[in-house]
Amino acid sequence: MRHIISLLIENESGALSRVAGLFSARGYNIESLNVAMTEDASLSRMTLVTNGSEQVVEQIVKQLNKLIDVVKLIEFAETTHIERELMMVKVKTSSSTRHEIRSLAEIFRGKILDVTATTYVIEVTGPSEKLDAFVAAIEPSTIIEVVRSGPTGISRGEKGLSV
Amino acid sequence: MELSGAQILVQSLKDEGVEYIFGYPGGAVLHLYDAIFQQDAVKHILVRHEQGATHAADGYARATGKPGVVLVTSGPGATNAVTGIATAYMDSIPMVIISGQVPSPVIGSDAFQEVDMVGITRPCVKHNFLVKDVTKLAETVKKAFYVATTGRPGPVVVDIPKDITDPNIKVPYKYPKKVVMRSYQPAVSGDKEQIKKAVELLLGARKPVIYSGGGVVLGEASAELIDFSKLLGFPVTNTLMGLGAYPATDKQFIGMLGMHGTYEANMAMHESDVIIAVGARFDDRVTGKLDMFCPYAKIIHIDIDPASIAKTVKVDVPIVGDVKNVLQHMISLLKDHKDYKNKPQKKALEAWWQQIAEWQAVDCLAFDRGSELIKPQYVIEQLYEVTKGNAYVTSDVGQHQMWAAQYYKFDKPRRWINSGGLGTMGFGLPAAIGVKLAFPDAEVACVTGEASIQMCIQELSTALQYKTPIKIINLNNRYMGMVRQWQEFSYESRYSHSYMDTIPEFVKLAEAYGHVGMRIDKPEQVRGALEEAFALKDRTVFLDIMTDRTENVYPMIEAGKGHHDMKLRVATGTTTDRELA
Ligand SMILES: Cc1cc2nc3c(=O)[nH]c(=O)nc-3n(C[C@H](O)[C@H](O)[C@H](O)COP(=O)(O)OP(=O)(O)OC[C@H]3O[C@@H](n4cnc5c(N)ncnc54)[C@H](O)[C@@H]3O)c2cc1C
Ligand SMILES: Cc1ncc(C[n+]2csc(CCOP(=O)(O)OP(=O)(O)O)c2C)c(N)n1
Ligand SMILES: [Mg+2]
Repeated sequence: MRHIISLLIENESGALSRVAGLFSARGYNIESLNVAMTEDASLSRMTLVTNGSEQVVEQIVKQLNKLIDVVKLIEFAETTHIERELMMVKVKTSSSTRHEIRSLAEIFRGKILDVTATTYVIEVTGPSEKLDAFVAAIEPSTIIEVVRSGPTGISRGEKGLSV
Repeated sequence: MELSGAQILVQSLKDEGVEYIFGYPGGAVLHLYDAIFQQDAVKHILVRHEQGATHAADGYARATGKPGVVLVTSGPGATNAVTGIATAYMDSIPMVIISGQVPSPVIGSDAFQEVDMVGITRPCVKHNFLVKDVTKLAETVKKAFYVATTGRPGPVVVDIPKDITDPNIKVPYKYPKKVVMRSYQPAVSGDKEQIKKAVELLLGARKPVIYSGGGVVLGEASAELIDFSKLLGFPVTNTLMGLGAYPATDKQFIGMLGMHGTYEANMAMHESDVIIAVGARFDDRVTGKLDMFCPYAKIIHIDIDPASIAKTVKVDVPIVGDVKNVLQHMISLLKDHKDYKNKPQKKALEAWWQQIAEWQAVDCLAFDRGSELIKPQYVIEQLYEVTKGNAYVTSDVGQHQMWAAQYYKFDKPRRWINSGGLGTMGFGLPAAIGVKLAFPDAEVACVTGEASIQMCIQELSTALQYKTPIKIINLNNRYMGMVRQWQEFSYESRYSHSYMDTIPEFVKLAEAYGHVGMRIDKPEQVRGALEEAFALKDRTVFLDIMTDRTENVYPMIEAGKGHHDMKLRVATGTTTDRELA
């Protein structure tokens, strides 16, 4: 099953490699991992998506918590949360396909970020499945490049992941 | 007080109460060595190979409970230390390893003797630090000791670039009394509700087993374990790492469990209805095949590391906490419990002990006492008698290690010092030196094999320099016995490279290093030789004992089998086996 884990980690050099190394050393799956600073410069926020049985994910959570640099961790499956991923897609266009692609982007509330005579760059944000659906809706031969951030998540309500 | 980085490091160690550093110099740590030279509070032990430094510090730590400290140079010095760091990591031993690093400005440029020590050791340390700022050095050292010694202990590496120790750059020094780390707060007391649940389960148990491990040694909870076990009257088994945490000569002790554990311990585990794991981690050498592990038992598990709980075996009552604290809590709950007096399971327990006595009657550790050849088991028995069970015994890895574990009856914790998790050949000799430095008046024996001893043999020279008279008991079977045994059982006796054609003359070798060498060929010489060796109080003695080459370690649970399916030796001591299932 897919699990999304979000954590706060000391913003130290090597923090990312500790997390990545843990996954490779213990043979855990990692579907996506993103990391960036937070409002507190001493902390980074990492969101990772993994796949595994309940027992494996329980170990992943414990092993992550065990890393000395990890300050706090939340497994989103346990709480209601919002997930967002950003994607940019570069597609080939021709005069005959431009209109269709534009309306497709509109349906997905996408934005066209860059236009050339023969290409569009489209930005789509949303849960990962929506992004999958958008990619599936485009004629594959027209896709030049797809860039995805991997999901980030935040819990609903007043509770938050902070120190 | 203004000090250079080098002085800060040495002063921090002093303020931390460090007695010994085990190390080896080199370019990146020259400033540090100069600072060490100018003081004598912290004593430096010069080993002959950095692996030896780590094992010696590790032996010191295992015997004393205090962190072992290592100092190595960058590059090859650092990589040589890795085996010893991993050894400590697997057995949760507190150590602080200081490694020199190339100067900060050239890190990443493939500079001379540069290696990414933080990267290399990341998977085998509890934590590591790269020091980037000399003003943070003292605090980092404090954090390193704090992390290494608290919670589930483990090795911590502090990698220090050469410029940080520059004697010309001085900064104010103050060693912090305390550190608080928001990201690291190990649990102490266990969950009250879970502890209550555990107590109910224990009092209702009809076929219980207390399965205790290295965590009891690490958590200094031997006295609590004894109290707890005595209150309940349950059988106690120890893992290889837990030996001594419960006295082996006590009548409730049913021996080690696992692959080379006793028949009674493993059968009891298999038949039990409640087991309580106390600071033990369900290692694969203990569990055997997982789906046959304790099929009828409810499992209670006390461990300070949540990741140890339910890692491989499902647990019914998990208790995250320090074993000493949790056991104390349980003891007080037990004493106040109504069923503690009523003892509703008294009859069932008597029947259980009856059953255990039947298993014990199999006498699974019997061996051929009439043999013309020296039986390794006999040597360990004699060692036990000659040292009156009071020695610190270190070991290497192989058959000799198992025999030492099976036949030396450890009554106290921290006396049995071996590499269990990583199984590192070469551990025994340097570890013995570390132990002897910690306890100069104690008897220290290193039980080893002719293959293992050669992996760190150079430390004989260290033993001479620092006058650490230890007794090396080399069970010389002219084979990598443990490998040969597996080849005999599983590869139709194709002894592929488990033998060396050229084994050194250890007596001469010991003499060349300035020690006493003795060769023993006959069973009747063993006792006298041991007595003679231990009488030479101020000498390191190498006893090269020619043992029966074909001897195997029994009992044994072979790969893929359950606890109830052990390979036993028949009483005559031949290598034909019978299966008791
Ligand atoms: C050749 C060979 C054969 C072997 N055969 C056997 C065998 O037959 N039987 C056997 O038992 N082993 C055997 N071993 C050893 C085995 O590989 C493991 O090292 C050993 O079983 C682990 O012991 P342990 O479970 O006590 O855990 P340890 O490695 O000692 O771990 C201690 C546990 O206690 C926890 N802990 C630490 N401090 C505390 C505290 N203060 N409070 C609470 N919990 C704490 C830790 O988190 C950890 O989970 C063999 C090794 C070799 C090399
Ligand atoms: C560094 C290292 N290399 C290889 C092994 C695998 N191994 C385990 S036991 C053993 C043989 C040990 O032989 P010896 O020291 O003579 O002990 P014996 O089994 O004969 O008592 C080997 C090679 C190991 N444990 N450690
Ligand atoms: Mg041998």
